[in-house]
Amino acid sequence: MKPFDYQRATTPDGAVALVSDRPGAVYLAGGTNLVDHLRLGIVGPDLLVDVNRLPLDEVGATEDGGLRIGANVRNSDLAAHPAIRRDYPMLAQALLAGASGQIRNAATTAGNLLQRTRCVYFQDVTTPCNKRDPGSGCTAIGGYTRYHAILGASEHCIAVHPSDMAVAMVALDATVAVLGRNGERSIPVEELHRLPGDHPERDTVLEHGDLITAVVLPPPLGAGWRCTYRKVRDRASYAFALVSVAAAIRVEDGRVADSRISLGGVAHKPWRAVKAEDALRGAVVGDESFAAAAGAELAAASPVEGNEFKVPMARRTIVSVLRELAGQSGESR
Amino acid sequence: MGLAWGMTRISVSVDGIAYVDEVEPRMLLVHYLRDRLGKTGTVVGCDTSNCGSCTVHLDGRSVKSCAVLAVQADGHEVITIEGIAKDGELHPMQRAFHESHALQCGYCTPGMIMQSIDLLAANPDPTEADVREGLEGNLCRCTGYHNIVKAVLTAAADAKAAR
Ligand SMILES: Cc1cc2nc3c(=O)[nH]c(=O)nc-3n(C[C@H](O)[C@H](O)[C@H](O)COP(=O)(O)OP(=O)(O)OC[C@H]3O[C@@H](n4cnc5c(N)ncnc54)[C@H](O)[C@@H]3O)c2cc1C
Ligand code: SF4
Ligand code: FES
Ligand code: FES
Repeated sequence: MKPFDYQRATTPDGAVALVSDRPGAVYLAGGTNLVDHLRLGIVGPDLLVDVNRLPLDEVGATEDGGLRIGANVRNSDLAAHPAIRRDYPMLAQALLAGASGQIRNAATTAGNLLQRTRCVYFQDVTTPCNKRDPGSGCTAIGGYTRYHAILGASEHCIAVHPSDMAVAMVALDATVAVLGRNGERSIPVEELHRLPGDHPERDTVLEHGDLITAVVLPPPLGAGWRCTYRKVRDRASYAFALVSVAAAIRVEDGRVADSRISLGGVAHKPWRAVKAEDALRGAVVGDESFAAAAGAELAAASPVEGNEFKVPMARRTIVSVLRELAGQSGESR
Repeated sequence: MGLAWGMTRISVSVDGIAYVDEVEPRMLLVHYLRDRLGKTGTVVGCDTSNCGSCTVHLDGRSVKSCAVLAVQADGHEVITIEGIAKDGELHPMQRAFHESHALQCGYCTPGMIMQSIDLLAANPDPTEADVREGLEGNLCRCTGYHNIVKAVLTAAADAKAAR
């Protein structure tokens, strides 16, 4: 591991100043992703700014009835939080579907959002990778693609974002609070991550030095909604998603009144399935409508050789999740 | 380079003893425990936070000590496999592993025991499925999972009987 300097930030503004002023500086939260990357030589910062002492570890109610989750709240604490389990069970399910107990005890809310792709070539510094080394090429294209994108990829990168938590947050219309050089701003989680395009080295819309201070959840979906998170993977636990679906629907008089659907494991960002949601609005509950909705979303899918199977897998998972939710609708959540 | 990279002072309690040390920021907690403090009971089994054999408790909760920098432990309390026996008596989880023959080569055992203690702290009355899920981050290359799960369930039952 290359040597680096280390400083503990004591205020959010101080943290932003430290990182903004130094091109080679990065934030350190739980370290469960960053420390791996330091060891593998994927990144070589010259300064780590430790954010663990910042007062960002509370979960609290917002004025409008939502919830503000501090950036440093640990994944295990968030999954166990009574308000999350009661009002946002889909988020608790997504958190518990990720990693393992030890990792969730250390991993933070902000770190989870900003974890980097698990593309094996990104992690192997001996192979070309446009995300790690812009312009060097993409080894995944024509290589091992089982865990790669079927939506929104580019000729420069077909990686997927690996977070489970973020998929649920996108379905819940969460926003991130960001503190930068020029003050605070708010970004929908859905717009935080980017598609790779010509710049796969940029995972998100954040600028160097931007500090995530919180994730804000709107008020819970409420009565009449049912929701769930389902993750399809190569073994029953401790694996990243091949495909995952976060979904919520509200059924009235045998029709889908409203829905929220987002997909994980399929794109460079958590994928909000807006086309599926549009197709479902007002549709008669049943497999026919569910398949049509899934089809509408996946019409744009462009798998590469080796991951074609993910298109029918995504379609079937969406249908199956909607069927499960519709079967239980009428009760709340 | 080579010059000028700072050392950082850390104060950390390990297995009940307070230490103050100067460490390089890049030193992993597991290396601090093994190489600096000689606590070689905690082992390293992989290079990307996968296997769980390095599991220790940081402020009472399990973490992978290969994914934590020693500087992150500053001001905190670490308990390793070497610190759980009390007054020469094995920890109940150690005894359960011993009695259920839950080790073959023993390499994964320190991590398994530390994670199992965390598991029961969070869920004192787990089902077999809960135990398997709670140990998902710990790999046993001898694949002795059956007896490991049995040991944890035994420890849970013993603790319940004692309550
Ligand atoms: C074996 C293993 C299995 C896993 N399985 C899963 C899984 O199935 N599903 C899943 O979703 N995840 C999984 N993970 C990933 C895990 O969820 C992430 O490693 C973790 O969430 C990262 O959080 P952290 O706090 O440790 O981040 P760190 O490693 O500290 O940081 C990650 C990134 O975020 C940046 N950062 C951190 N905090 C801030 C902030 N406040 N503002 C701006 N930037 C910040 C850092 O600079 C760094 O770039 C797995 C990890 C491992 C090791
Ligand atoms: S898919 Fe993206 S991350 Fe993977 S090798 Fe290609 S450029 Fe790198
Ligand atoms: S050595 Fe820490 S997880 Fe393998
Ligand atoms: S007993 Fe050998 S690795 Fe588990």
